[in-house]
Amino acid sequence: MSDTRPTVLSMKDVTLAFGPKVIQKNITLDVKKGSIFAVMGGSGCGKSTLLKSMIGLLRPTAGEYLVDGDRYWDGSEAERTELNHRFGVLFQSGALWSSMTIGENVALPLQMFTDLKPDVIRRLVELKLGFVGMLQAIDLQPSEISGGMRKRAGLARAIALDPDVLFFDEPSAGLDPITSARLDDLILNLRDGLGATIVIVSHELSSLFHIADDGIFLDAKTKIPIAHGSPRDLRDHCDEPQVHAFMHRERDEEGRN
Amino acid sequence: MQQPDFPTKDTAAPDWHLSSGESGPVLTLQGSWMARTGNIPSFPGNGLDAAPAGSTLAFDTRATTRWDTGLIAFLWDVKRVGHDRHITLDTQSLPAPMRQLLDLLPDVPADKPTSHKKRSTFLEVIGARTLNGLTEIGTVAELGAMTVKGGFLALTGRSRMRFVDLLTDTTNAGPYALLIVGIVNFLVGAILAFVGAVELQKFAAGIYVASLVGIAMVREMAAVMTAIIMAGRTGGSYAARISTMQGNEEIDALNVFGIPTSTYLILPAVLSLVITMPFLYLYGCLVGILGGFVVAISMLDITAAGYFHQTVISFGIGQFIFAFVKSIVFGAFIGLTSCRIGLKAGRSAADVGIAATRAVVVGIVGVIAIDAIFAVIADVVGI
Repeated sequence: MSDTRPTVLSMKDVTLAFGPKVIQKNITLDVKKGSIFAVMGGSGCGKSTLLKSMIGLLRPTAGEYLVDGDRYWDGSEAERTELNHRFGVLFQSGALWSSMTIGENVALPLQMFTDLKPDVIRRLVELKLGFVGMLQAIDLQPSEISGGMRKRAGLARAIALDPDVLFFDEPSAGLDPITSARLDDLILNLRDGLGATIVIVSHELSSLFHIADDGIFLDAKTKIPIAHGSPRDLRDHCDEPQVHAFMHRERDEEGRN
Repeated sequence: MQQPDFPTKDTAAPDWHLSSGESGPVLTLQGSWMARTGNIPSFPGNGLDAAPAGSTLAFDTRATTRWDTGLIAFLWDVKRVGHDRHITLDTQSLPAPMRQLLDLLPDVPADKPTSHKKRSTFLEVIGARTLNGLTEIGTVAELGAMTVKGGFLALTGRSRMRFVDLLTDTTNAGPYALLIVGIVNFLVGAILAFVGAVELQKFAAGIYVASLVGIAMVREMAAVMTAIIMAGRTGGSYAARISTMQGNEEIDALNVFGIPTSTYLILPAVLSLVITMPFLYLYGCLVGILGGFVVAISMLDITAAGYFHQTVISFGIGQFIFAFVKSIVFGAFIGLTSCRIGLKAGRSAADVGIAATRAVVVGIVGVIAIDAIFAVIADVVGI
C-alpha cells in the first residue's frame, strides 16, 4: 500500500451477525485519516449493518475493530462513549429529535458534553447551521421542513462536536440530483475544512465516483467483501462480475432473477 | 484540531488585532482558537471602524496554534461586519480549510420566518374555543355515525372491515384484560364490604353488607371501574397506535387506496370495546360480589347461603339492565374518543405521547361524566 496516512478505523476478520444469521464475514478494512471511505454493495448486503457496527450499535461476533489503534469493543461502556464523541453520524432520514426545534437538535450534544455557556452554544449552533445553509430554519420544528433540509440539519447535528470521523448512511437517498450534488460538495468542503475522515454508505454511483477515494464492496450472496479500493478504480479495473455489474449499472444475468 | 489532550503551551488565549499593512488593513489572529474552551471572543460591530470603507481586508493567521470551528465562528463575525461596512475580505490570505468553511457561510444574517402567532382578545379566544368544541362534537358524532353505519354493513357482510382485525382487537380488549379487571373489581367489592361491615355491625345489620356490595357493584362500581381500566389500557393504546400510523403516513396510504379509516381502523376498535365491555361488566359484578363475600364471611357471623340470598334480592333486574346498557355506552365512548384523538394527533414522537395521555384523561373524565348523566336519568325514570 502506498497510502502513508495514519489509519483511523480498522477491522480485522470481523463477522457481523444477528443471532445465528450471518450478515457479513471476513471483513478487513482500513480507513485512512482524511479519506472518504465508501461502503458499497447491492441492497441487503449488510452495508448499513457494517456502519452500525462501526458506530458501536452492533458488536461483531468475531474479529477486531480498532479505533486509532485501540480495541473498541474491549473498552468499558464509558470508554466507548468517549470514543463515540469523536464520531458524528448522519442517519438515513436525518433522525432529528422530533420534539425539539432544529436549533435545539444541534445544541443538545453541546449542552450535554461541553461546559459552554448558552450564548456560546447558540453561536456555535448558528455556525453549524450556517455551514449547511440552514440558518433560516433554526427555530423550526423537524416536521415543518422538507426531507433534504432534514438531512442537512442532521448533518449540522453530526458536526456539532467537531467530530474526527463522520459517518453517512445513504446521504443522497431521496434527494433530487441537484440537492444531492450540493450535499456531496458540502461533504467535501467539510472534510477539507474540518480535516475529518468520512465513511459513507451509498449506492448512488455518481456521488460515489465524485467524492469517495477508498472503499469496500460487500457481496450479498457470498456474504464476504469481494473488492477493496476507490469506486473509480473498481469501475475501471475490477474484474469481479458483481462489482462490474454494479459499477456499470448492468443487470445481474446469472444472479437472482 | 484533533489532539485529545491540551498541551499547556498551545493554550494561549485567542487574540486578534487590526493593523494597516501595505495594501490595506490586516487582521492578525494568534493563539489557540478552540470552540470547546468557550473563550472565543466575538468580533465587535465597530471592530473594522479603523479600516476605510471599500478597502480589502487581509488576514494573517501564522500565529494561530490550533483552531477548530471556534475560529470560523469568529471569522464569520468579521465577514458579517465587513459586509455591513462594505469591506471586502481577502479570503485568499486564509489557509484553504478556513477559506472553504468560511465560504459556506452567508454574509448577511438570515431573515428568519416570523412566527405567525398573534395575540388574540378574550372574546376571540372564547369564540375559537367554542367553535373548536362544536366542530369536535360534530366530528366525533360523524365518526360515530360512520361507525354505526359500518357496523350495520358488517352485519350484512358488505363492510370492508376485516374480521381478523376485529378478532385481534377483541382479544386484546377482552380476554387479556380479564386479570386486571378481576383484581380491581375484587378489591373494590372487598373494600365496600369492609367499610360497610364496620358500620352495619354496630346496628346488628351485618347481613345488609351483601345488599350494599350487590347494589353498589351492579349499579355503579363494576361498570365504572371496568370502563376506567379500559380507558387507560385500551383507549390509550388505540390513540398511540393510530397516532403512530399517522406519523408513518400509514393513514395517508389508507386514504389513497380509498380504504375508509372509519371502517378499517375505527370500527374494529369501537366494536371490540362495545362487544367486550358488557361481558367485562358482568364479570366485574361477579368478582366484586365475590370479593365482598370473602370479607363478609371472614368478618361477620353470616352464612354463605344467607349472603347470596340477600345479594340476589337486593337489586332489581331493571338496575342490572340499566348498568348493562351503560357499559355499552362507555365502551363506544372510549373507542370513539381514543380513535378520534389518535387521528387528530400531530406527527412527532412527542405527539404520540400527548395523544395517549389525552385519550386516557378524556376517557376517564368522560366515563365519570356520562355516569353522572345516567344517574340523573335513572332518578327521573325511577330505576
